[in-house]
Amino acid sequence: MRHVLMVGLAAALAAAPWLTASAQTEDEINAEFEKFRAVLEQDNPAELWEVKGEGLWKTPRGPKNASLEKCDLGLGPGVVKGAYAQMPRYFADVDRVMDAEARIVHCMITLQGFKYEDLAKAPFSSATRTPDPVSIVTYVAAQSAGMKLAPSQSHPKEKEAYALGKEIFFFRGGPWDFSCASCHGLEGKKRIRTQLLPNFADPATAIAAVQAWPGYRMTGGVMHSLQWRLSDCFRQQRLPKPDYASETLSLLMTYLTVNASGHVYKGPGIKR
Amino acid sequence: MADPMKIRATVQGDVADVRVLMAHPMETGQRKQAGKAVPLHFIQSITAQLNGTTVFSADISQAISRNPVFAFKVKGAKAGDRITVTWKDNKGETRTDETTVRGGS
Repeated sequence: MRHVLMVGLAAALAAAPWLTASAQTEDEINAEFEKFRAVLEQDNPAELWEVKGEGLWKTPRGPKNASLEKCDLGLGPGVVKGAYAQMPRYFADVDRVMDAEARIVHCMITLQGFKYEDLAKAPFSSATRTPDPVSIVTYVAAQSAGMKLAPSQSHPKEKEAYALGKEIFFFRGGPWDFSCASCHGLEGKKRIRTQLLPNFADPATAIAAVQAWPGYRMTGGVMHSLQWRLSDCFRQQRLPKPDYASETLSLLMTYLTVNASGHVYKGPGIKR
Repeated sequence: MADPMKIRATVQGDVADVRVLMAHPMETGQRKQAGKAVPLHFIQSITAQLNGTTVFSADISQAISRNPVFAFKVKGAKAGDRITVTWKDNKGETRTDETTVRGGS
């Protein structure tokens, strides 16, 4: 009886080598992912959209046949360098906190005469088409590459945006009772997906929420911005779809970007 | 004309490291959009020249991914030299871009 048990145990161990061999640690696996990402960053197709976006910024277009060169991204009309790193921020002309893409959409409407309904109809990239605001925000973001994230928190509405964004982040809803925190607020203790998802509530790791966005996503070969990423998170949580360039997303982006303050933004990135 | 390529060339010693980022849909003919297969549309040939002399030529297939990166090294280059890259696709479209070799660190 005992002999049979020993043979059985030996056979089981032989068939399951991971029980006896030492497994790769969590850090070792993550290090391999980081190496993979570093190689990809060297030649990022996002650069092609930076060039495209610059053209769209400088070319007179739309019903008003105007360029975006008078668009105020928070540092004065036409100032693009460093603007992305200081957003989201409050804009007095709309009495609201806006993220970069929402602000670009606002400028496209007011300066160039485009309609929100047309821009909101199909706002995300496909294999064959990149919406203009996505190319433009890629260009704008590239002009903040290498700068520390410093979204303004001096105006009362900016402070309020942070508080509301935090509420949104932790708000559980929908048929699965999910919040952003369900995946991105687990403090490394629980796992909701096979790969490690960073904690965005922690200032040490919140940079992962905004780093590499706008980003070229190799899945499908498309250029995506944070508007797409957050909207897709809502879909994954089975929450209602947020309006394109809405205040909700500006508030959420405020919470995430302020948490990531002080970290260096590397510019448009590349994603899996 | 097709979207521009981004070419970077830096030289160390007498070897230039050239990296080309090409904008191209590289459709395999297998991908379906709205129920229909998107037709084959891919770069078929790439040539690279150093100061007008061809140093590299390649025939590639639809197996290469969208917006491909093409990297190669060329000996006998120095800072200020001209690198020209041309691609031709199966629809007869073509694109040529060039850059100046820069000195590396």
